[in-house]
Amino acid sequence: MTSASATPTYTIDSAPQRSPGYWKGVLTRLARDRLAIAAGVVVLALVLMAVFAPLLTPADPFLASMLKRLRPIGSAGFPLGSDELGRDMLSRLILGARLSLFMGLAPVLLAFFVGSAIGVLAGYAGGLVNTAVMRSIDVLYAFPSVLLAIALSGALGAGIVNSLISLTIVFVPQIARVAEAVTTQVRRSDYVEAARASGAGALTIVRVHVLGNVLGPIFVYTTSLISVSMILASGLSFLGLGVKPPEPEWGLMLNTLRTAIYSQPWIAALPGAMIFITSISFNLLSDGIRSAMEVKQ
Amino acid sequence: MIFYLLRRIIYTLPIMLGVALLCFALVHIAPGDPLVSILPADASVELQQQLRVAYGFDKSLPEQFGLWSWRALHGDLGTSIASGRSVISEVFNAVGNTLILSAAATLIGFLFGALFGFVAGYFRGSRIDRLASLLSVIGVSVPHYWLGMVLAIIFSSQLMWLPATGASPDGGAQWAWDWVHMRHLILPAITMSVIPMGIIARTVRALVGDILAQEYVVGLQARGLTHLGIFLHVLKNCAPTAMAVMGLQLGYLLGGSILIETVFAWPGTGFLLNSAIFQRDLPLLQGTILVLALFFVALNLIVDVLQTVLDPRIERN
Repeated sequence: MTSASATPTYTIDSAPQRSPGYWKGVLTRLARDRLAIAAGVVVLALVLMAVFAPLLTPADPFLASMLKRLRPIGSAGFPLGSDELGRDMLSRLILGARLSLFMGLAPVLLAFFVGSAIGVLAGYAGGLVNTAVMRSIDVLYAFPSVLLAIALSGALGAGIVNSLISLTIVFVPQIARVAEAVTTQVRRSDYVEAARASGAGALTIVRVHVLGNVLGPIFVYTTSLISVSMILASGLSFLGLGVKPPEPEWGLMLNTLRTAIYSQPWIAALPGAMIFITSISFNLLSDGIRSAMEVKQ
Repeated sequence: MIFYLLRRIIYTLPIMLGVALLCFALVHIAPGDPLVSILPADASVELQQQLRVAYGFDKSLPEQFGLWSWRALHGDLGTSIASGRSVISEVFNAVGNTLILSAAATLIGFLFGALFGFVAGYFRGSRIDRLASLLSVIGVSVPHYWLGMVLAIIFSSQLMWLPATGASPDGGAQWAWDWVHMRHLILPAITMSVIPMGIIARTVRALVGDILAQEYVVGLQARGLTHLGIFLHVLKNCAPTAMAVMGLQLGYLLGGSILIETVFAWPGTGFLLNSAIFQRDLPLLQGTILVLALFFVALNLIVDVLQTVLDPRIERN
């Protein structure tokens, strides 16, 4: 579903010639991409909102009131209305950025470390190790992402930690595949051959030559997963498998407000709009970084 | 080609075994005793033991796995703990409904995605191209469960044109191909179609761009072919890949329909998974996941085989 149709195959043309000016070039190219800059600003604003949430909320996000349920948008004291328990929507949306961003970003970050480690190991070792590792990974790949996430968190039970574990397991194989592909390419390159001939040990080669050249492409691929992760993480909470009430999280808020789509439809749609804005900003930013780094796909 | 096909089929077997192993493991990674949901709180030790034997939880893990796979191969996925009915019959009733929804969504997504992608690729850099690219970014970025809610708000709660829940007016799970039932399909299918639409548009746009850059297209132009003639050539050349992507998307939608089915109360596998999860009905969860995952693996295989047969030029290794 939300996952890409196939693993992209990355190729590196002449990786080792990256001069110190390379990253400067990337930044210059990124700065010229107006859409990516706009997306970056939105992402930054969301992160700042999450960090400083307690200072920004105009009201207590947990204060419920049976008398003030589902007040319309723009009513006195409730700029964005109130939810099904009479809590201030604006405050809950602001505080919700914390858990929502955390639940979306953390699995991708964890999977970046685990997946790169597995992929680089398999790619560098080659041979039997590679076959064994990559075939096991193929099994996880045989599940559509949503199904795997729901199978795992459904079996483990609801909760923040279980949801993180499930999503990390969903993304590890995808990152490992890309990491393995680029590492295998680097391993076969002349400069690794030269390093080996000049007596460099395996550890040095991996640290200096392999990691230096594969982390960039893996990182770019990983950033493209953030938006999927945001949608899936909130989706799990939407199903009741992630964050538990009364904590504010956009997916969970969308779920509890579902009953309000006939009385206060636009309030019910607000948390989803936040997920959409976050997800599309990360997607546009990731696209921008990718073209700025000119990783060929 | 025959060798490739054979290899491809044989390669699928260990994957299927792995999928089965993972589904089997689901019951065992679950915290707590799988019998907890059917046992009364004051169950005697003897009763617990009896049920443990009845469900086969007393044997060693490899034994349990062997027994479970053997039964699964014979179409027996155990008994639902919550309903007491056989898992396989529950799953098959639901798979039909999910298939109807996903197939409709894939078709809509393919038609519009291919159209957008084609126009965008043909007129690269034009305003239409930029619009199509934007639409495909939106397609892959939008939380589809939210889009479903928004469509339900607009077309059901505000305009009252279409129903927003269930598959039939009487709330039953029985499907029929008439307007009364089809009305229920429209909103969920359109919501779901957004995902493949974005991906197919992206794929087709890239394909058309690549094909137009080929030398034979220049040759066609030199021979004086009209736009239409070249268009047909390009269409023929990008069809196999586009169809393959469509096949895979159908698989993703089948497995990923739970969120949309929840929004629209569609009586498919997603609905089944939902109830399995919240009633802690692990055999039902396990069986549904197994069937959906095997569907996905089989679909992948079929797509690969068809693609090789349709386009033998594609290099395989």
